[in-house]
Amino acid sequence: MAEHKETGSVGHIAPAKLYVAIWAILTALTLTTVLVSLVDIGPMNVVVALVIATIKGTLVVLFFMHLRYSPKLTMATVVAAMFWLFLLLSLTMTDYLTRAWPTYPGH
Amino acid sequence: MATAVQTVERENYLNSNYGIKSWLLTTDHKRIAVLYLISITAMFWLGGFFAMMIRLELLTPAGDLVSSDTYNKLFTMHGIIMVFFFLIPAVPAVIGNFVVPLMVGAKDMAFPRVNLLSWYLYMAGAITALTAMVTGGVDTGWTFYTPFSTTYSNTHVIGAAIGIFIAGFSSILTGLNFIVTIHRMRAPGLTWRRLPLFCWSNYAAAIIMVLGTPVIAITLLLVALERAFHIGIFDPRLGGDPILFQHLFWFYSHPAVYLMILPGMGVISEIVACFSRKRVFGYEFVALASIAIAVFGFLVWAHHMFVAGISVYAALVFSLLSYLVAIPSAVKVFNWTATMYKGSISYNTPMLYAFGFIGLFTVGGLTGIFLASLGIDVHVHDTYFVIAHFHYVMVGGGVMAYMAGLHFWWPKMTGKMYPEAWAKLSALLVFVGFNTTFFPQFILGYMGSPRRYHAYPPEFQVLNVLSTAGASILAVGYVLPMIYFVWSLRYGKDAGPNPWNATGLEWMTSSPPPTHNFDETPVVTWEAYDYEHQPQEEITVGH
Repeated sequence: MAEHKETGSVGHIAPAKLYVAIWAILTALTLTTVLVSLVDIGPMNVVVALVIATIKGTLVVLFFMHLRYSPKLTMATVVAAMFWLFLLLSLTMTDYLTRAWPTYPGH
Repeated sequence: MATAVQTVERENYLNSNYGIKSWLLTTDHKRIAVLYLISITAMFWLGGFFAMMIRLELLTPAGDLVSSDTYNKLFTMHGIIMVFFFLIPAVPAVIGNFVVPLMVGAKDMAFPRVNLLSWYLYMAGAITALTAMVTGGVDTGWTFYTPFSTTYSNTHVIGAAIGIFIAGFSSILTGLNFIVTIHRMRAPGLTWRRLPLFCWSNYAAAIIMVLGTPVIAITLLLVALERAFHIGIFDPRLGGDPILFQHLFWFYSHPAVYLMILPGMGVISEIVACFSRKRVFGYEFVALASIAIAVFGFLVWAHHMFVAGISVYAALVFSLLSYLVAIPSAVKVFNWTATMYKGSISYNTPMLYAFGFIGLFTVGGLTGIFLASLGIDVHVHDTYFVIAHFHYVMVGGGVMAYMAGLHFWWPKMTGKMYPEAWAKLSALLVFVGFNTTFFPQFILGYMGSPRRYHAYPPEFQVLNVLSTAGASILAVGYVLPMIYFVWSLRYGKDAGPNPWNATGLEWMTSSPPPTHNFDETPVVTWEAYDYEHQPQEEITVGH
């Protein structure tokens, strides 16, 4: 399977232990999300939930979807998608964060 | 015996097998391109019919031909069909599908079945949207602005939105196929710096398709969900924000404008080089300008929203960023002009369309700078000035480039030449008709005539009559090619493999190409547009 070596991800076999460990971490994080949801921490509710979800998503992409063992082009593709999401959120926030500012400074 | 041998036609993608099944289940990129050609042509005439209805209504100041409700539906359906079902797939899915694998010396796209799937998704989306239109229509404008679309409109918003949602996936799959094909399927020796500019510009467009389309798809789904289940995304009473819709919508739909124009710019690069017999001036700059337009295109969207109630500080940022797009666009226009400088120019039909493109796109682009300026935008927002501006870009740019490309590669696609004199006449009619239609709208808009009304004050009538008259000339200009292209299939002269004496791998195989494109995989040892070393034969047709 020489061609698999070239493309990297297809031929890579990670140890089963690693997959079990990732599964355990994901389960733990899911439990954390559930437990945190029982406590009201105000505006941090959403922040905590999204941070945990992001960590979980990253783990799945890196290990279960083999991004960690993929060629640079595949990584660039994923990074590009994340960068575009960043553009969408950050440029939209230029509106939401400054909408309440006075239109004429000093008035 | 000798004559018998001559009459046996060489096997090509058109005669390799026959029957409806061989077309509907084909994975040949060339046949899929033809399927797209037929479908988007049908959509073009439908969208054009709605446009003619709009122009006829505006012939007189009174709202007499159709009711205001019908008028709202007419311009909405014109917009939805032309944007999502004609302009976005036109150059990439028809010309790109046909030509890109040939240009990179490949046997097919990277994912031939996905390519076929994209056509089926397009058809499913088109039929869904058309069903919504036939059963009552949509009146939100192609932009689906909330809260009208989510709360107040009594028309088939969900059906149309789902149609566009489905067609979006067709676009994503086409883009994905381009990216992978251009990365992985290039012939030996065809480095990135030797890649034809049409491939570069389709690559740039593919980036927008893959990264932008999911956003519009999910946004329209949110509109449908809010309409159906009253979840609070855009409705302030439920904790949403109607302007959020505009942010999400334009995050895709502004880059989508570049998605419509970028592949067209690639067509123009090919044609200008071929009919000037010169390498494209500043090849690297033109190539990278495509990528720059694709990326900058994502940083400017809120210039559609200057008067929508966004923060003035955000508006300042977006106004400034909008000027950025002018730089790579100007690089292209200047470089095409510099390519022609001291070139050996022939005035064949594709080149006439290319001239039209360069002029009209420049007018469209420069008036875009007017609109990017905060002060002027407040004055002309939502007027005919905006209508004229984006028609100069999309019709004067996008459709002109599509027509240019269709004429340029028609001999390759069919093996037949179209009648050159008629084609030149149609190019002239399109140019004259287009300007007569849309230039008066700049003046109308500047005088304050708002868009999207079926009646207007009598003092605007002269310009509106001019515009409607122009539209009828434009219509003749579009009907002619339809007739002579079909005519040429039967009666056209044989084109031969390379009627324009052009460089590029697609011209090194027979016309129409065999199913597997090349008998042997080509090996590239030369730069793109190596016209200096191309044998200096006359262009063999069209004089």
